[in-house]
Amino acid sequence: MGHTIAEKIISRHAGRLVHAAEIAIVPIDGAMATDTTAPLAIKAFHEMGGRRVWDAGKMALVIDHAAPAPNERIANLHQMMREFSAEQHLPHFYDIGSGICHQLMVENGHVRPGDIFLGADSHTPTYGALGAFAVGVGSTDLAAAMLTGKTWLKVPHTIKIVLEGTLRPGITAKDVILRLVGDLGIAGATYDAVEFTGPVVARMTLASRMVLANMVAEMGAKTALIDTIGLDLDYPFDPIHPDPDAVYKAVYTFDVSELTHQIAVPHSPDSVVPLTQVAGQPIAMAFIGSCTNSRLEDLHAAAAVLRGRHIAPDVRMIVTAASRKIFNEALRDGTIATLSEAGASFITSGCGPCVGTHQGVPGDDEVVISSTNRNFRGRMGNPNARIFLASPAVVAATAVAGRIIDPADLQAR
Amino acid sequence: MAYKAKQVIRGAAHVYGDNIDTDRIIPGKYTKTLDLSHLADHVLEDLDPTFRDRVQPGDILVAGDNFGCGSSREQAPLALKEAGVSVVVASYFARIFFRNAINIGLPVVEIGRHTIADGTQLEVDLARGEVRDLSAEQTYAAAPLPDIMLAILDAGGLVRYLQITGDYGDS
Ligand code: SF4
Repeated sequence: MGHTIAEKIISRHAGRLVHAAEIAIVPIDGAMATDTTAPLAIKAFHEMGGRRVWDAGKMALVIDHAAPAPNERIANLHQMMREFSAEQHLPHFYDIGSGICHQLMVENGHVRPGDIFLGADSHTPTYGALGAFAVGVGSTDLAAAMLTGKTWLKVPHTIKIVLEGTLRPGITAKDVILRLVGDLGIAGATYDAVEFTGPVVARMTLASRMVLANMVAEMGAKTALIDTIGLDLDYPFDPIHPDPDAVYKAVYTFDVSELTHQIAVPHSPDSVVPLTQVAGQPIAMAFIGSCTNSRLEDLHAAAAVLRGRHIAPDVRMIVTAASRKIFNEALRDGTIATLSEAGASFITSGCGPCVGTHQGVPGDDEVVISSTNRNFRGRMGNPNARIFLASPAVVAATAVAGRIIDPADLQAR
Repeated sequence: MAYKAKQVIRGAAHVYGDNIDTDRIIPGKYTKTLDLSHLADHVLEDLDPTFRDRVQPGDILVAGDNFGCGSSREQAPLALKEAGVSVVVASYFARIFFRNAINIGLPVVEIGRHTIADGTQLEVDLARGEVRDLSAEQTYAAAPLPDIMLAILDAGGLVRYLQITGDYGDS
């Protein structure tokens, strides 16, 4: 019986051949926690009797979820992370403004193809864009990894998704993954790994691959593994391919050629409809940010829509670049000027309004259009707001029109 | 199932539906704290604002499919445990929530489709892997747990487990 990518990566780490449903204890190649999860992890690490993390060079801490600190309580938790990083001599401590944890792990090479990586954040499967086996865990599991350099895993079954055809102009990885989350459902891949392959994937940028991998979390998946074919990295790597006789739980083939703009409507990321069904819905706030869609290509897509235009007078638009590096690139190439001249407000690189911890909280009954990954009730800090999820170009066009609109219709006016 | 600890938990069921996400268990805006009572104060607040005042120590939370989907926040099971919930019973759980609950020593039991009514008295027999609905006189079998999870639960959570063992064994 052949092996899937997940089975291959876990077998290599476990030192024996494993298949789905087996339990394996494996060494990890890296670990990460944020200001939501690190304080509890540090506490648990100490309670376990931990003195030194297993390998300081493989451990990253990121302050991104409520950064800069909005109040003294959070400021003190940030302080705790700074002190722990100093005391443990962690070379990869990222303070406020560095960016979103997942972007930083990929951007700075902390995770590589074939790695097993644990992140104390549910969107850790994003690194599947690199062909890494990356799983989200809670704080105590992370503490155990900090102590032992290992974790235990149940080898997941794998769902394979083959993307065929050609995307229409303006249709993006976000539309693909929204459609897939809508079709498979919020629990459609619970406990499973999701492999993505096919010609559409082979043509995708790393940033777009990260969009696909990121939102497998919204299907309940344990991890994503994207075929590394066509992946351009600035370091050499050994691609890992599944065996031809690997056993899959399910194989879906999806021809993307007819796909149109997709939108997730309140209050679940699997409530997905074509944009045409909600076109005309008035909005109060537009947000471009998050580990899903705030990389350079996303800011460029927004700028292409906003160039020479201005957002509607009764709309506010917030933009948060995924990292300082991306912000600086967008600054140099004029993208930031375009967005700002169009009326966008900028927030420090980090999670920003995505998780409702600070800044950019919507008011009661307000409608938000957002490029993020979750629209659960209360997600952005107010249970009485309604959140629609879309691609950056749709968010930008909607900010201009003041209501949900296809960017192509905006141009036609 | 078979937890080594001979544990039978009795309590009143608070029954909720499918796909209850971690934002509804504890909103992200409250998670940035190490003060567990602060978490308990806001538990399930966007799902059922009356829960916090009604829950009695030892009560049992019952849900449908995919309980705890969404974020990796361990504050979700911590908030429930701190509020007095003794065990969570669901058709099935989202992956990270399930692991987190066991890691912090909150028992979780998967029983598949069920018809448990709100307010009913339940008896959860962790050793036998059974959930008994005392009002409906119905018994549900719990899905078995892997040995490593049983060992962690028996130790009272992952912190205690590693205090005792110092390391995971070999695979
Ligand atoms: S940007 Fe949003 S989804 Fe991504 S890590 Fe931050 S809070 Fe989570």
